[in-house]
Parts: sequence; structure tokens; C-alpha cells
Amino acid sequence: MNLKKLKKQVQELTAKANFSLGSDVSGLLAKAYRLEKNKRAKNALKQIIDNADIAKKERVAICQDTGLPLIFIEAGKKITISNDLVEAIKQGVEDGYRKNFLRRSIVDPLKRGRSSYRGAIVHLDFTPKVSGLKITVFPKGFGSENKTRLKMFDPTADFTEIEQFIVESVQLAGAQACPPFLVGVGIGGTSDTALLLAKKALIEKANILNSTEKKILKKINMLKIGPMGLGGPTTCLSVKIRTQDTHIAGLPVGVNISCHALRRATLQIL
Amino acid sequence: MKYLKVGDEILFSGVIYTARDQAHQRLVKLKKIPFDLEGEVIYYCGPSATPKGKVIGACGPTTSSRMDKFVEPLLKKGLVGMIGKGGRSKSVRQLIKKYKALYLVAPSGCGALLAQKVISKKIVCFKDLGPEAVYRLEVEDFPLIVAIDSFGRSIYEDL
Repeated sequence: MNLKKLKKQVQELTAKANFSLGSDVSGLLAKAYRLEKNKRAKNALKQIIDNADIAKKERVAICQDTGLPLIFIEAGKKITISNDLVEAIKQGVEDGYRKNFLRRSIVDPLKRGRSSYRGAIVHLDFTPKVSGLKITVFPKGFGSENKTRLKMFDPTADFTEIEQFIVESVQLAGAQACPPFLVGVGIGGTSDTALLLAKKALIEKANILNSTEKKILKKINMLKIGPMGLGGPTTCLSVKIRTQDTHIAGLPVGVNISCHALRRATLQIL
Repeated sequence: MKYLKVGDEILFSGVIYTARDQAHQRLVKLKKIPFDLEGEVIYYCGPSATPKGKVIGACGPTTSSRMDKFVEPLLKKGLVGMIGKGGRSKSVRQLIKKYKALYLVAPSGCGALLAQKVISKKIVCFKDLGPEAVYRLEVEDFPLIVAIDSFGRSIYEDL
């Protein structure tokens, strides 16, 4: 694989992730705007849609919080992962931030001090069912990240308790995390897996929901937080759940919230 | 300002100063702060870097409640307005009433749109903090909603 070319591709992918919304998210926003009847909420949705249009056209970040960049690498059967390959991808993201005037938001957690562009978090998965290499850049803003929740349920817990936990998590996020939200839920694995699954759930197509996800979405929208927290039925645009096998003694559930500007872009090679 | 009431939607033109977490921590510790806060407005914002040929990068509001603990010392120094996103604590709401100040919210997650409302940007202090430095912004028709008015009435529930 030509690593120099890969680095360039990832650099452009990083710009794309920060300057434009995926068609699933922009479609959901357009639909919410069409259906919204509350005048103030409709105006807020209009500002959100206009903002995305301006960002794309002017190549300005959709949000000044260009996030902590997450990189999800899925390596198919024919891909050999090396240090050089991962480094090229990381460098591509860093260049993407620097060259596109995105925000340097990464600091030492305790010393704080001068922030930098270096420190993207890499998640690597081996996916033998596919052949190529898939790279997703996901700039995660921290207004919504700060509202993350984890709960270790009893294995005998009823699913309605899990539903309640998800709805309550959105309620706690309130106006601060930039509604309308997109909610990722991870169920299973260990505590860390549950939260990672919740992130991965946010990468999936946000406009294709199963019946459980639709049901929870409906419950969340009864909270009436609304765009900017100003009321109305549009509190949440999407709920996605991912599961993984867990231990007989436990049932971890992680909830990760994204603001309305859910930004992630994927590149498929080969 | 006392005529503005909770829920009012306004277009603000004038000067605002950006300051967020680290800048606040420094401002409240300093005996003499590097700019006059009397009658001024602070905007909780850390803009993106400025692209070539533009005045400023994306510059939307950050979560206000993180600054709640720093509010009183700044009101004492003459601060009259705060701009951010989301609700505030009960004590901040009461302080706003006591000092006859205002809390306003800007469209959250709309940094590209708000960047178009900024006419000029000048560094004031704490340059080493990069995006968290204090910048003086001159804005025109900056869209805001009054979230807590000078009577202590709030659009949100207390946090």
C-alpha cells in the first residue's frame, strides 16, 4: 500500500468529517425541520441546517469544537497492519486538522497547558469477513461526550430498566449537549466494551432503526427538550444500539450522546 | 438591558470577549485583570483556528455551566452579560438577579454560521492558551436568546 497516498486520503477524509454532515444526518435534520411545528424550535433547526450549508460551502468547521479525533480502522482479510500504516493514518488526521485550521483541543489531562493536534485515538478491528481496509474519522465533541453514562445492570434486569436508563441519560444531557441528539447505546462485553460499542453505534447509518430503537426514540422525544433545549418534540433524531456477548454475571450498558452535528466520514480502500 | 426579558430573541451588535475554562481560572485569580470588565459581556467560546482570508474560524458557544463557579468574582468586577449554551445553577441565576446582569444563549453547534457575524477579532490576553485565550470580538447581528434576565427568570430549569 502506498502510505504517502493513504496519508493524503486520510487528510482529506478528516476535512470532510469536519466540514460536512453525512447524508443520513442531514436527511434527519431536514425531516425534523419539515415536521416541527413549534416556531422557536423550527427556527433553531433552520439555523442548524444553514450552519451545515455554510460549513460545507466555505470549508469552515461545522462546530468550533472539532473534537477529540477518533480513528476506527477495520482491517479485512487481505490487509496486513503495520506500525507504519497506523502512523500514516494518524499523521493524515493530524495534517487534516492543521492544514484545515481546525481547533487544537488536545491537552495533558492533569497539567492541561498548551493544547495540540496530536493525540488521536485509534481503535483497530480485524474483520475477516471483508477484504479491504475501512477507515473512519470521527471527531467527537466534548459538550456531548461529557454526558456519557455507564451502568452495570444485573443480568436479570428487565429491558424496560435499560430503556429507562437511556431516556434518563438523555434527560440529564439536556440543553447543554446541543440537542437534537443522536444516541449510541452499547450493550454487553465489559464496561469498556459497552462504551466503545456505544461509539461504534453512532458510526452506523443513523436513519435506519429497528423496532426497539424506534420505540426508545419515541420515548426520548416525549422529554420535549427540543432543539437548543427550547422545547418541542425534536429532542432526538436517532437511537442506535449495538450488542456483544457478555458474562453470565453482568449486563453492562453504555450510553454515548452525539450533538446534532454528528460528524464522521469513512474511506473504503480496495 | 433591564428591558430585555427572558425568552426575547435579539440580534446583538457590539463587542464581546471570549473566555472559557482556563481563562476563567486565571481571571479570577488575578488581582488586576488585563482588560476592563466594567459593562462588558463574556462569550464562553474557544474558536477554531482562523482560515486564510477569514476573520475567524467556527465560533459557537461552549457549555456555560462549567463556568458557574467563576461567575461571582467577574460580576463584582463589572461584568454585565454572559453568552453560552445550556442551563445554569440556581446560584448563578440568583447572582444574575443580584447584579442585574443577563445570561444569553447563542445557537449551539452553529459555529460556522456565527463566524459570519464576526467583523473583527483581536487577542487580548493569555495567548499561550491558543483557542482558550481571551479574544475581543466585534460582532454584528449576532443571534441570541435571553435565557436568564435581570429579574432572575430563566428559560431553563436550574441545574
